[in-house]
Formats: sequence, structure tokens, C-alpha cells
Amino acid sequence: MRILVCIKQVPGTTQVDIDEKTGVLKRDGVESKINPYDLYAIETALRLKEHWPEATTHALTMGPPQAEQSLREALMMGIDEVILISDRAFAGSDVLATAYTLSQAIQAIGDIGIIICGQQTTDGDTAQVGPEIAEFLNIPHATHISAIPECQACSVTVQVDLPATEEIIRLPLPCLLSVNKGIHTPRLPSFKRKKETRDVPVRSMTLADLPDTNPDHYGLNGSPTNVVRIFPPEHHVTRETWEGSSGELADRLYTYLRDAKFLA
Amino acid sequence: MAAIIVHQEKIPDLSRVVELCPFGAIEINDNRVTVSSACRMCKICIKKGPVGAFELVESPQVSVDKNAWRGVAVYIDQTEGKIHPVSLELVGKACDLAGKIGQPVFALLAGHHMTALAEELRHYGIDSIFVYDHPQLEHFRIEPYTAVFENFINRCKPSTVLVGGTAIGRSLAPRVAARFRTGLTADCTFLDMQPNTDLDQIRPAFGGNIMAHIRTPRHRPQFATVRYKIFSAPQRRAEPGGVVTAITPDEKMLVSSIETLSSHRKEPVKNIEDADVLVVAGQGIQRRDNIELLQQLADRLGGMVGGTRPVIEAGWLEPRRQIGLSGRTVKPKLIITCGVSGSVQFVAGMSGAEKIIAINIDPDASIFKIAHTAMIGDVCEIIPELLNKLAKGGNAHV
Repeated sequence: MRILVCIKQVPGTTQVDIDEKTGVLKRDGVESKINPYDLYAIETALRLKEHWPEATTHALTMGPPQAEQSLREALMMGIDEVILISDRAFAGSDVLATAYTLSQAIQAIGDIGIIICGQQTTDGDTAQVGPEIAEFLNIPHATHISAIPECQACSVTVQVDLPATEEIIRLPLPCLLSVNKGIHTPRLPSFKRKKETRDVPVRSMTLADLPDTNPDHYGLNGSPTNVVRIFPPEHHVTRETWEGSSGELADRLYTYLRDAKFLA
Repeated sequence: MAAIIVHQEKIPDLSRVVELCPFGAIEINDNRVTVSSACRMCKICIKKGPVGAFELVESPQVSVDKNAWRGVAVYIDQTEGKIHPVSLELVGKACDLAGKIGQPVFALLAGHHMTALAEELRHYGIDSIFVYDHPQLEHFRIEPYTAVFENFINRCKPSTVLVGGTAIGRSLAPRVAARFRTGLTADCTFLDMQPNTDLDQIRPAFGGNIMAHIRTPRHRPQFATVRYKIFSAPQRRAEPGGVVTAITPDEKMLVSSIETLSSHRKEPVKNIEDADVLVVAGQGIQRRDNIELLQQLADRLGGMVGGTRPVIEAGWLEPRRQIGLSGRTVKPKLIITCGVSGSVQFVAGMSGAEKIIAINIDPDASIFKIAHTAMIGDVCEIIPELLNKLAKGGNAHV
């Protein structure tokens, strides 16, 4: 049985700017790193493995060849095998096309017991890819998982942390779990593992390795949503100074809080 | 497939085009410009590169018959018989959007004992409310709720579906969107309707530093999720309207492989990082008693009280409420600093707040350099005055 983690390489900072004159994104000094939320997913996979001695752990990412760096990090944390799925046919994938591509890769990998995703990414922030993968694979999923109290041979019991309630639910395998930040403290990549895994190859997959090889189902063509344009947000850094008597100031603040809908 | 092809002869300076791509997808190999798999199809190279150098070639795209899909539908998010306010905000937005194209507004309500809620929903301008009421829908479970949602969409054929960006919405909307193999745009901050029923969706990308304008031009329905408090709640109308249709879900829809072993309400433990609104105590509040006043204000704003390091060290607040480099980093929608001077270490923990209102008696306080609104005055007078007004205003919000 395989425990598979979906990870993503994200920009190392959220401070991405647009050059106002040319409209081009500025990426000076923007390094890439593993999506921080995915570290919790990796840690969860490594701990789950202890419950199923025969299980192996795998990390999958879809992205450009540069994403290998994040996969190496996963190896250093203790993941057994890392897989990069990369093809020009995937360029311009939206949520649906990304989820479809990953679900196809997961089918190609085969024998999956549990798929683990991080809560969200720091660049797209959508938290939608996981549930869509589950739908494509026709397996159950649960999100907002804060603990995994029990693992059985063919099911897993998880604690779901919703804003108002806490539920304990049991899912049959295979299933997909999105884990919360804080489920476990992620271990640091170890130097020993780094040396050990230096020669471990990154398994690479392309469109040709997938069950569905029709390029129209991937990338821009396979994406229902299109980006019409990207633009810098309007900055409301208008700074204002209010002066007056305490009563006047309290009045202005009251009016602001009411009009901006902050009054609960 | 769609691809960007490069016309080498139209590129005067090879090295400069590499800079064009924000994703590092333009590479030079053997003196030829190529586009790698890092390409996100943002088309910036086409728009901003040398004229005619980059070209997008697409295979012909098939569009659904948009006339077969009409109206704007809203998923009503309810837990334990309470409607999440984001759902009403979306109903208000749906009425605006549908009004622009003269189409109906639908709502989907699923749960158990839903009659009273359905009746209440009739006061918000929805044309047609579909209620799926069944004991097995009492708790949210992904498979039955997805099946019910699917049934609802097949019945109404809405062009647009709006779902609140709640814990349930963020799990359910992608599942349903994937079932219909259609587009989903998450966490939209702006929505508008084109005459051809294409939904204009704008959302922040890259952690909010860039906005993306997104459409779903060839698929229906088009899904969008929106977080709480992005849009305004509509006025409740005195007279009920619209039609309520009760649907008994069949057994097939209710099948679930997931077993709920227990479910309990939890004690709300909230950290200051989770608060949308923070009222922050600095040394300028002078007395420990004044913390209580700030707490009253925070309660009225649905927020929490935080403090600066000196306030924490004085023991006026518990350590987990400290904001700053040695405390917590917060990014609320609104932060009101009360008698906070604005040390570098404090500012580093809160400068990402969307709106910063600073109250300080010293016009030269460094907090005013980063505040959006600088209130020069005595916080010990202003807060009691404000609380008075709030008490008089009652439920003044509309």
C-alpha cells in the first residue's frame, strides 16, 4: 500500500510586485520553497507509515523541472519515493486541470491507500485541489483534519476540526485527507538523510505516462477558467489624521465602524 | 493542446525576453528561445514581449450551449439549523447579478428540520428555494451533500453557482464542480455579470499582492466561492416571496462510506491570529482596569484584545495575547491600537493588518507612520465615549 502526499513548490515570499509601467511581474530575489502547509502533510504520511509497516511513502508534485528541489526536501524528511509530473501540455492549468492531472498520475502510480494534502497553498490559497482529486478518483475525502486517532487495516479514523464542532469520522481506504497546520510538528530535513538520498532519483512522469494521454484534457485547454488579466491591487494607503475633542473622535470612530460593517 | 510558440526572427535581443516571464519559463537553449513547462499561460510574453515574437496557438474549443443554463444559484450553508451569514450575503449578490440579465435566483437548502429556515429564506428575494430535508442530512457528510447538490443543479440548470467560503463550502464546492467538470474560482472578492452570462470573477493571487480577473467562458455552471464579509447582507423583506420546493432525496443520494462516530460542539478557543478584529492595549491605557473597556469594545466588534510587550510583562494580559516579534504575528481586517507607541518589534507583528487605526495622545508617536487612520487624542477618554455611543446605538448595524 502507498501513502501519497501531494506537494507544491511556491514562491518563497508573498511579496510579488508588478512593474507598474510594463505590467510584468517582478520576481527579483523570489526563491521557491516547499509550500509550508505541505510539511504537515509529509509529517502525517511519515507517522502513518508506522501503523502500516508494509506501506511506502511517496510525494508527488506537478510543476516545472525546478520543482525537483522541493521533492528533494521531502526525501530528506524521510519520504521513500518522489515523483515529478511535468509536461508542456500542462501549462496554464487551473484548479480542475491540476486536480485532473494529479488524479491521472495517482492512477498511474497505483495501489494508493491514503492521499494526504496540506490545508492550502500560500500562493493560490484556494484549498480546492484536494477535494477535486478525490472526486476524480471517486474516493471519499475529509478536510480540516486535526488528528488521526486510529488506523485500521482498511479504514482510518480522523478528527475533523470545524469552526463550531469537532467530529470524529471513519473513512474507508482509499481516501483523501487534507490536514490542518499543527496536526504534527514537521521534522526538519536531516543531514544524514540528505547524504543518503543524494543519489535517489526523482521519478519523472510526463503526459505519455498517464492513462489519459489526450492533451486537450490538460493545461489551458483542459481548464474551464481563464485568466482574463492580472493587475496590481489598488492600494488604499491613504493616511489620514483625525484630531478634535474626545467626543468628536469617538463619533468619527463609531461612524467608521458602523459603515465598514465591523459592529457585530 | 494550447501552446505558446516562439517566432525567433522577431526577437531582437534574446537575453531580454528571458526577463519577461514571471515564472521563469522562457529559456535560451542553443541560441533559441524556448518556453518550458513552467509556463502558466499568463500571456504576459505575448502582450509585453517584442511584437509578434510569442503567439498562442489553441486547438478549437467547444462551448456548452449557454442558453440551456439560466439563473444564479446559492448554496445555503447551515449547521445545526443556523444559516451562516455568508449565505445571505451571497443571496444579495445573486439578486444583483441575476437582475442584470433578467434571470432567476435559486437557493439550495439541505439538512434536517428545515421548514422554518426555508420559510425565513423567503424574505430575501429568492425566486425558487429547493429544500432537501432528511434525517441523514442532519450532519454534513461529503458524499450525500455532493449528491444532493448534483441533483439540485440537474433540476435548475443554473448558469452560476455561489458557495460561501466556509469550512463546509471549501470542501463541498470543489467536489461538486469537479463532478460537473467545470470551473471553480475560490475566494472571489468581486463578482459581476456579462450580458452573455459569463461571470466576472476577481480574486487575489500570490497572497493578495496580485489580483486575477477570471472567467469560465465555455463551461456551465460556473462556480465561485466567496468568504464571509466580502459582500453586504441584503435587507430582510417584510413580505415573503418565491416558491419553496421540498424534495425527498432518494436512498441512492444518501449513501455514504463515511461513518460519523461522534460530533460535539467545541469550546471556542480562539487565538489572536484568528481574530478578524483586534483591539490592542499599550502602556497608554494607564490602568489595568481599562483592559476591561477594551474587552467591551472588542466584544462589540466580534474581535479580541491583544497587547504590547510592556502590557504583557505587567501581567495585565496573558502571554498568548502578545503581538510583536517576540509574540504573535497577526493580520486582522482591522486593528485598533490604544495607547501603543509603535516599537519596531511591535509593528513587525501587525503591519500586515488591512486597516490600522491608531489612537495615541502623542502626535509624534511612531505608530502613526504605519497607521491608516491616526487619531490624536486620549484613549482613556475616547474609548468610554465610544462605548457609550455603541450602547445607545444598540444593534445599529444595517
